[in-house]
Amino acid sequence: MLYELPFFIVAIMVAIGLYITLFKRNLIKVALGISLMETGVNLFLITLAYRHGDRLSAPVFTSQILGGADPTYSLPTPHALTLTSIVIGVATTALLLSFVMQLYKKFGITTTDEMRRLK
Amino acid sequence: MSAYDTFINNSPALIVAIPLLFAFATPLISKLGGKLRNTWALLGVLVPSLIMFVLAFEVLKEGGMDTRFYLFGADSGNRFPLVGGHILRIAFAVDGMAVFMGVLISVVALSSVIYSMAYVKRYTGLDKYFTLLLLVLAANYGMVLTGDIFNLFVWFEISSISLSALTAFKANRGESFEGAAKYLMYSTVAGLLLLVAIGLLYGQYGHLNIKFLSSAIGGNTSMMMVDKIALGLMVTVFALKAGSVPMHMATPDAYGEAPAPITAMFVTASQAGLYAVFRTGFTLYGSNLTVTGETLHILGYILVVLGILSMFVGVTMALVQKDIKRLMAYHAISQTGYMLLGVGVGLAVLDTAQFAEYGRTAMTGGIFHIFNHALYKGLLFLTAGAIIYRTGTKDLNKMGGLGRDMKLTALFFIIGALAIAGIPPMNGFASKLLIYESVFKFNPIVGAIAMLVSLLTLASFVKVFYSVFMGPRRSEFKGGEVPATMLIGMAILGGVILVFSIFPSLVVTSLVDPAVNALTHIEGETTRSLTLFTGSGSWNTLVFLGAIFVAGIIALFLFMMGNKGTVPKGEGKKPYLFGNPTEIDGRPIVVPASNVYWGFTTALSKYYKPTEKAHSALFNDYMFWFVATAALLISIFAFLEVLT
Repeated sequence: MLYELPFFIVAIMVAIGLYITLFKRNLIKVALGISLMETGVNLFLITLAYRHGDRLSAPVFTSQILGGADPTYSLPTPHALTLTSIVIGVATTALLLSFVMQLYKKFGITTTDEMRRLK
Repeated sequence: MSAYDTFINNSPALIVAIPLLFAFATPLISKLGGKLRNTWALLGVLVPSLIMFVLAFEVLKEGGMDTRFYLFGADSGNRFPLVGGHILRIAFAVDGMAVFMGVLISVVALSSVIYSMAYVKRYTGLDKYFTLLLLVLAANYGMVLTGDIFNLFVWFEISSISLSALTAFKANRGESFEGAAKYLMYSTVAGLLLLVAIGLLYGQYGHLNIKFLSSAIGGNTSMMMVDKIALGLMVTVFALKAGSVPMHMATPDAYGEAPAPITAMFVTASQAGLYAVFRTGFTLYGSNLTVTGETLHILGYILVVLGILSMFVGVTMALVQKDIKRLMAYHAISQTGYMLLGVGVGLAVLDTAQFAEYGRTAMTGGIFHIFNHALYKGLLFLTAGAIIYRTGTKDLNKMGGLGRDMKLTALFFIIGALAIAGIPPMNGFASKLLIYESVFKFNPIVGAIAMLVSLLTLASFVKVFYSVFMGPRRSEFKGGEVPATMLIGMAILGGVILVFSIFPSLVVTSLVDPAVNALTHIEGETTRSLTLFTGSGSWNTLVFLGAIFVAGIIALFLFMMGNKGTVPKGEGKKPYLFGNPTEIDGRPIVVPASNVYWGFTTALSKYYKPTEKAHSALFNDYMFWFVATAALLISIFAFLEVLT
């Protein structure tokens, strides 16, 4: 159960993020929602790395002393994925926030309601 | 191993690495001057394009069915070094379908970069413009060449980020920031759900390589729930990238606001999304049809439904647009429907007796249409750019009379418009004929809808041609034809369209068939001839042109037989408008573009009212459609077998 806990938190974070993008109209809130989803997905990837048993290889053991029959270890690939995903997340968040800033500064737009001139 | 073999083995990496190198060096080079920057950017597209053509030649020579792998960091191009059952490297996988897309991306990118040189001259920030353009190119190449599912996500995101940054290029307009922000938010959420799907597959199978994942999925006794959820998520996300209805809402926003050459690049980026849909279906889930066959048939029907929706909603929404680029963007959505329909029919009957009967022809048509679409849609967006360059407006109601001074642009527009409407002898007709005939055998009603949509497409482009090029010369649009580099950009695409129009069967046998073979792993019969066989009929452009020529000679003969020197006088001189007055207060009546199809849209107001209301331009609604489609697709995949 304890090992499944991160997955529940991932589900909650992604759900909250989706809820915000679906129902909140403030652009900053939407950006925050997307960011929250991003963090949730990153947590998902990093949780996938944690394994029990010995069916997979190239591990980074975290409890070798306790190990024996059922070692706990962490795969390196999801760490690389998460790092890449974080970098991409930073780029999208920065670009999105700069759009939001420009929209507010130059045109006074703060909500998705006002962002409806393209029809 | 000869130097040439080494070059070919390493070319997939070069094709992506060179645009990246050129992209990040562009800001430095542009310190040295504008001309040098333009040349640098052109080289940044030309060099990888040439390598792509050579690679395509090599791959197609072998038939395109075998996949060439390139492993980053491995000592040889064709081996899978396993570390305890895992590949710890990113792989590129090149086959007939990948090079097909690569060639298409190269052609459009070349014309787009040449066109850009004159088009964006009046703006500032050009170093960033060309940097981002080259990044889009690298991302497009990456998306079609990669054999690694996480790598696909990375290219997906690079493409989204750089395209939305370019959408906001005209920073003085608030609308361009709106379009850019919507596109970025939409595709970021999509990208995150794609990452969830990738995480699910990785967590289940411990692989990221598409080939390994595919054999792992096929190795199960039946499809697992995880596979189905991942399939639903991936198809929705890639269909969003391709701009399929109902996740199409951000597409016209971004297409309409981006500079014209970038919109042409947008088209190829969307095609790369479409490619990813097909890859997911055919390659990732298609290794063992006894396990995944049922689900793939369902996916085929889903693609057919998405295709019909895209075709119909796209074209009907295009009819009521008055912004020239938004109108064309809705047509891009509509044409994407044809590809989804063609390939969807192929997928729906995959591995059954009908596949040889009409499924393969439908797929050939759908995939041929991808190339044709990129060509004529790219050309049309470039002509739209030329019109905007000259008039300074995107509003069709404010244009008119441009045909008198912009004859070449008008010619390119006609080529593109005839091709998109599927009028013989253009290339669009050849691919649509393949789709019509095969889809008609699949379901006659769907075939009829496909033909109706083509008619509406023609109607819509007649409206554009009428309101942009016809009418008296207007004093406010001075300057005549657009600069030469813009014309060269259009001429490249126009020329390729003409070649494709005259020799459609050669293109099908040399480019499209290998792509279909690579997707389905079923080798079809290929007969090299100038006649394109569509299953029950055939099409030969040269015969058609010959018939037109003979008909023209007869018409000329009849014309010569008439009396010479007849001059119309009185009522005969006036234009005839079905009995309506042609002048009010001495000024000729000009019907504005928004009123051309007034009768049609009013008669269909029961359809148009809710549809236009659904296109609310509210980002939260966009998200609703996306989440609803994803949820629907996942539940169809997950529960349909339980019910039946």
